[in-house]
Amino acid sequence: MSGPVLDTIIIGGGLMGLSAGLHLARSGKRVAILEKSWVGRHASGASAAGVRTLNRALEELPISLEAMDMWRNIETIVGDGCGFHSHGQVMVAEKRSDVPVLEKRLAKTRNAGCGHEELIDRDELLRLVPALSPYCAAALIVRTDGAADPHRTLRAFRRSAEAAGVTIHEGCGVTAIDPLGSDWRVRAGEREFVAPTVVNMAGAWAKTIAAMVGDDIPLGHKASMMIVTERVAPLLKPVVSLVGRPLSFKQTDQGTLVIGGGLQGRADIEAEQSFVDFMELSRSARAVIDLFPTTGSLRIVRTWAGMEAKTSDLLPVIGPSPRAAGVFHAFGFSGHGFQLVPIVGAIMADLIIAGGTRKQIASFTAERLMQRQAVA
Amino acid sequence: MTGGPDLLIVGAGPAGMSAAVVARRHGLDVLVVDEQSAPGGQIWRNIETAADTSRAGILGKAYSDGADVVRRFRASGAGYLPGARVWHLEPGPRAFIAQNGVARCIDANAILLATGAQERPLPFPGWTLPGVMTVGAAQILLKSSGQIPDEPVWIAGTGPLSLLYAIQLLKAGGRIAGFLDTAPSANLAGAFRELAGAFLGAPGDMLKGFGWLMALRRQVRFIGNVKEIEAIGNEALERLRYITANGRSATVDARLLFVHEGIVPTIHPTLALGCKHIWNAAQDSFAPDLDTWGETSVSDVFVAGDGARIGGAQAACHLGELAALRVAAKAGRLSRAQLAAVAAPVRKRLKAALAIRPFLDRLYRPRSAVFVPPEATLVCRCEEVSAARILEQAAAGRPDPNQVKAFTRAGMGPCQGRQCSYTVASLLAAKEGRTVPDVGLYRVRPPFKPITLAELAALDAGAVIP
Ligand SMILES: Cc1cc2nc3c(=O)[nH]c(=O)nc-3n(C[C@H](O)[C@H](O)[C@H](O)COP(=O)(O)OP(=O)(O)OC[C@H]3O[C@@H](n4cnc5c(N)ncnc54)[C@H](O)[C@@H]3O)c2cc1C
Repeated sequence: MSGPVLDTIIIGGGLMGLSAGLHLARSGKRVAILEKSWVGRHASGASAAGVRTLNRALEELPISLEAMDMWRNIETIVGDGCGFHSHGQVMVAEKRSDVPVLEKRLAKTRNAGCGHEELIDRDELLRLVPALSPYCAAALIVRTDGAADPHRTLRAFRRSAEAAGVTIHEGCGVTAIDPLGSDWRVRAGEREFVAPTVVNMAGAWAKTIAAMVGDDIPLGHKASMMIVTERVAPLLKPVVSLVGRPLSFKQTDQGTLVIGGGLQGRADIEAEQSFVDFMELSRSARAVIDLFPTTGSLRIVRTWAGMEAKTSDLLPVIGPSPRAAGVFHAFGFSGHGFQLVPIVGAIMADLIIAGGTRKQIASFTAERLMQRQAVA
Repeated sequence: MTGGPDLLIVGAGPAGMSAAVVARRHGLDVLVVDEQSAPGGQIWRNIETAADTSRAGILGKAYSDGADVVRRFRASGAGYLPGARVWHLEPGPRAFIAQNGVARCIDANAILLATGAQERPLPFPGWTLPGVMTVGAAQILLKSSGQIPDEPVWIAGTGPLSLLYAIQLLKAGGRIAGFLDTAPSANLAGAFRELAGAFLGAPGDMLKGFGWLMALRRQVRFIGNVKEIEAIGNEALERLRYITANGRSATVDARLLFVHEGIVPTIHPTLALGCKHIWNAAQDSFAPDLDTWGETSVSDVFVAGDGARIGGAQAACHLGELAALRVAAKAGRLSRAQLAAVAAPVRKRLKAALAIRPFLDRLYRPRSAVFVPPEATLVCRCEEVSAARILEQAAAGRPDPNQVKAFTRAGMGPCQGRQCSYTVASLLAAKEGRTVPDVGLYRVRPPFKPITLAELAALDAGAVIP
């Protein structure tokens, strides 16, 4: 081996890997991203790309709100708006009896000192989303939330990472990691890379990478399904979700309707394949038609399931490896990591360069999952 | 097992109907589904209504022949669901269908895909202008409603279908402004080597084909060896420019241009199922990898007819029969020895029906611009992506077609890449000095035929039949 001298090797060319690479390279680090397939092939390219603080776990709120500030300035960070619009995200209570769920949530965030969520009545809801069926009762809203375009985001992060000096190796799947003096030697088949620090951002496959350095971190996976319809005239601006039914619904800049909400398909992690479960997916279609009755005749153009790692408490792992000095983990975003992309890169740069971060990541240690396993 | 049909057949064309008849003969419970409102498939579209009209005379004997096959299919006792779209398939096998605005799924012991072929995508500058359409689409109008264009038509292309349609159109009283034969003259040398086999195996077809050609040359302006075409116009087609391999070029007034460069197997269903595919170099297309009975790499899923390889109606019938026999044998209705005995004469007829193919494949092999169009050409019509844009993406490395799709949006529209998948693969291959089978096609994301949100909403666990 005699590749270029590296400071950090990032495993995984999703948005998290690109964001970490970008922040590290801007701080002068020599970074290589190793991507098994191609940049954006998995969760990041399959994402609904909702930029949401609404109804996020309290533990995630501090970094999520900080990420929101970065999204507002995303163009200055990556040189492109990433198709980000903040038309708001609303969580709709269809029935009166669902409203207490929203009230409880609101009280919880207010108690935690966060004032970003707001309860709105039916009239205001219909003013913001006139196409919505008028039977709905109320909604929780974050007016500054929104959504981006996943592929534009990928392109922008990739370009700026490369411009900052990051080398991206596609078709380069990591097969082994061994210590080499005080460095790590990362192997991808015949190819070898050496650096003092390694970041595991391998998404649905992060458990395998962690095991290569001796971290046995319990981790499940998700295969969230999405539907895209043909293009239609402007129908709605905010992203709409529901209390008690899995749905997330929005319209893209192209005019297509994007329907998600976390319904699960099937994943074969080893074969890197995921499958749509149409019986299950029909529930999303039903919810959409209930809420927006004019959509029934729209043609579905595509469906898919995107694979991602899921933790038992649905919070990510972000931080140093419990066992391997110089190795860092960031994965297990459990279906809501897109919004965190800019901040996770910054956190990773803090951890690697400064040896710590002021951002609140205490709830995201790998140890918490390993202890739970030990207790169980 | 499931209680569903023994054999679910998708497609009521020559292959599907023949398979149904044979499967019924061996006592199988058969269900046939088809998008069209009546049996016949592409070649015999609308035959039941048109058979006794003057249209049948215009469309010719090969068309009228279908009436008999349809009659036998109707009498076979096979269940038949017209107007039913299969939009997704899963191993099992299980088919998801939409009919009358409702989606449901059917579990069967075996599925035969007899879904035929699609016209080879042929992007060229101006191909999306109103006034430009495929010969196949024009022929559908002729068959289903006897519609004849009221303007003189330019036809540009190769393959038996362009010739056949031209003859049919003339017989029906239509006018042809000119016929641009786009088969490279270099094809002749290769075809010549197959000539003897074709004449020995299928003398009738050969004579018929030459007859068409002579008739056409006598009656219409015929320009051979055309290398490039371009459709020109603002809102719609106004002019047509062509260049021959000899460098002769002309621009002519045109209101209607019908194009055709042969057909390729419909592989979306087998791609969706995850079946193995092979590259059929003689036909410049992918095809499902099949055993000698038509079974795919996914157990109990069969393909017959032009969906397996382009072979025409007669061959399709025999392939359908063979698949049905095999399904019957798997179901215990035929012993091994019986199967071999019944299949032998079918295989013999199949061989005869395919005798002319090597000749046709050589003669009508498309020119290179069909695969790799000029840079300004729109490649993906749904998302308006040009060849130049694809090549620009290719400059960033050795991208996978799926990567090109994600970042250019080519292939993301309602046709689900049916129109641009081959072109993107060919562009990438040409740019990087690779082959199309090496580059591959887009992954197929279900549904492979569009369904509406309302249809999907109507699908639930209770909708499994039975
Ligand atoms: C369908 C869907 C909808 C979503 N919607 C939203 C949303 O609306 N809002 C939101 O905030 N979040 C959403 N998410 C979540 C969000 O998209 C993800 O959290 C985020 O993209 C994760 O990025 P990542 O880089 O960690 O993962 P990925 O993009 O999956 O990247 C991991 C990469 O690692 C590579 N890799 C794996 N093993 C190896 C190896 N051995 N060697 C080299 N490389 C390897 C993989 O090929 C992959 O490219 C959604 C996710 C899905 C699947």
